[in-house]
Amino acid sequence: MCAVNGSRKAAEIRKLVLDMIFHAGSGHIGGSLSAAEILVSLYYGTMRVDPTNPTWPERDRFILSKGHSVEVYYAVLADLGFFPREELDTFCQFGSRLIGHTNTKVPGVEHNTGSLGHGLSVGMGMALGAKRAHSLSRVFVLMGDGELTEGSVWEAAMAAAHYKLDNLTAIIDRNGLQISGPTENVMQLEPLADKWRAFGWHVTEVSGHDFDELVAALNAEKLGKPHLVLAKTTKGKGISFIENQAHWHHGVPSEEQYLQAKAELEAQWEEASGVGAGIRSN
Amino acid sequence: MEQAYEATRRAFSQTLLRLAKNNRHIVAMTSDSRGSVTLNAYAEELPEQYIEMGIAEQNLVSAASGLTSFGFVPFVCSPACFLSMRSIEQVKVDVAYSATNVKLIGISAGVSYGALGMSHHSLQDFAVMRAIPNLAIIAPCDAVQTEAVTEVIAAFQGPVYVRLGRNPVSQVYAPGTDCFQWGKAVELAVGNDVTIIATGEVVQAAVTAAKQLRQQGIKARVLNMHTIKPLDNEAVLRAARETRAIITVEEHSVMGGLGGAVAEVLGQHQPCPLRIMAIADEVTPSGSQSELLAHYGLDAAGITACVTGVAREAARDRAFK
Repeated sequence: MCAVNGSRKAAEIRKLVLDMIFHAGSGHIGGSLSAAEILVSLYYGTMRVDPTNPTWPERDRFILSKGHSVEVYYAVLADLGFFPREELDTFCQFGSRLIGHTNTKVPGVEHNTGSLGHGLSVGMGMALGAKRAHSLSRVFVLMGDGELTEGSVWEAAMAAAHYKLDNLTAIIDRNGLQISGPTENVMQLEPLADKWRAFGWHVTEVSGHDFDELVAALNAEKLGKPHLVLAKTTKGKGISFIENQAHWHHGVPSEEQYLQAKAELEAQWEEASGVGAGIRSN
Repeated sequence: MEQAYEATRRAFSQTLLRLAKNNRHIVAMTSDSRGSVTLNAYAEELPEQYIEMGIAEQNLVSAASGLTSFGFVPFVCSPACFLSMRSIEQVKVDVAYSATNVKLIGISAGVSYGALGMSHHSLQDFAVMRAIPNLAIIAPCDAVQTEAVTEVIAAFQGPVYVRLGRNPVSQVYAPGTDCFQWGKAVELAVGNDVTIIATGEVVQAAVTAAKQLRQQGIKARVLNMHTIKPLDNEAVLRAARETRAIITVEEHSVMGGLGGAVAEVLGQHQPCPLRIMAIADEVTPSGSQSELLAHYGLDAAGITACVTGVAREAARDRAFK
């Protein structure tokens, strides 16, 4: 058991994300920033993983279905020691294993993603595999809200409920924006929770930037059906001029913007360090 | 000679059942295709090793890749027309790119659905699958070879696409023949005039054609190119050096299949006269599998006629040199 200051950890992760994208001159900053607390809650407060043995058979599995938000994932894996933190400097460089979407060459990454709408299907297969193998491993899949228009998501939703996969938790980073604008303008998703319930899932709605709510939901008791955590988030969370701006989906900050963003994240880190609120991890 | 006829899909399902009884990691997955794959007996005997995914080929393929995370060896069994097109991106990303140990079994391939039409024909599967790195492609020619292929891929670690037929096909091989070596073409007839390279269920027609050609004094080498990828380049180049022309025969579009693969090798390393016998790049007329194959010259008579012409041209060209 270890306790982590979630807010401080999220600020640290956001700083790593900002550095990676600024130095690479490439990346998907908006969705990485919105998912920071979700990733921290999963990796520091929920999942059983072993950075020294990434393929430990009894580990819990995580799939980043919104694979473009890979920066936040790599930052967390590096912070946990799955690979050296300095390697984050190679993000998107020629020959680096840290390519712009999740890649299994990186220790700790379970599956290659990048094309949206695959992750829940893969996770549903993993969860079914865990059941058939009588394994206690749990499976977590993080999806973006924009990707929910992919039909395969709903094929997977149907199958997961059919096979009563209560070892499967899907999380939606509900930041409300996709590359072209608000999700509801691009293609209406609401009433989203009702849709998942109708597909046979147990739905928990949380604030996606609240550790207590996230960790409680992610560790909820099994209910004989798959669990959807609908996490309301802010795209670009933590950097004032990036928040809630659709065009920052894959924007790259200028040097001036980088320095401002860095200062904002430093201030958040310091504030969180003073607060000292912890979350528990097993 | 008495000919035995058996569908390759049936040989596959019987072999898989035998293998799965001794390997609890093998799972068969279907897309409401249990009956058409002939997996009813398998599903009844081994319900814990059988997974129905409904008519949802994208989820089918991705879920299979997920199952490998717990050591399972999924055999994804679905009509080739849907498996190779509806779920091709899942094949690319979740199977080939992610290097998951998934076996893709496309049944009722080519024009074996006959008059059901273009939606059900699988004439692009070699072309699309070939362009994806880290994916082997195999097309057995009969039931005996299908059994051998099924055994080999079950033991192989990595992604494979196997293309099977629907209707009973005459046996090229006697039962028990050692007829499948990964990536190695099998010489079914000896000859140094021309070479017929065939794959899948039209191999039998190529063998029959070679016998007819021999009566006309044309000695045709016949290669069973069961592995489309990795292609046996050496056998292709040897044929180009030792015979005067190459004729490829396949139940696939004329674009991007066996003929295309052979052309890529010849064009770059050993240019040689080549004729690609395949289904024309058009919407096929209505008809049964055998009617359609005959229409496109993919039966023994059509192959014999084509090879006769090619051999005559090759001999004439040589005489002028």
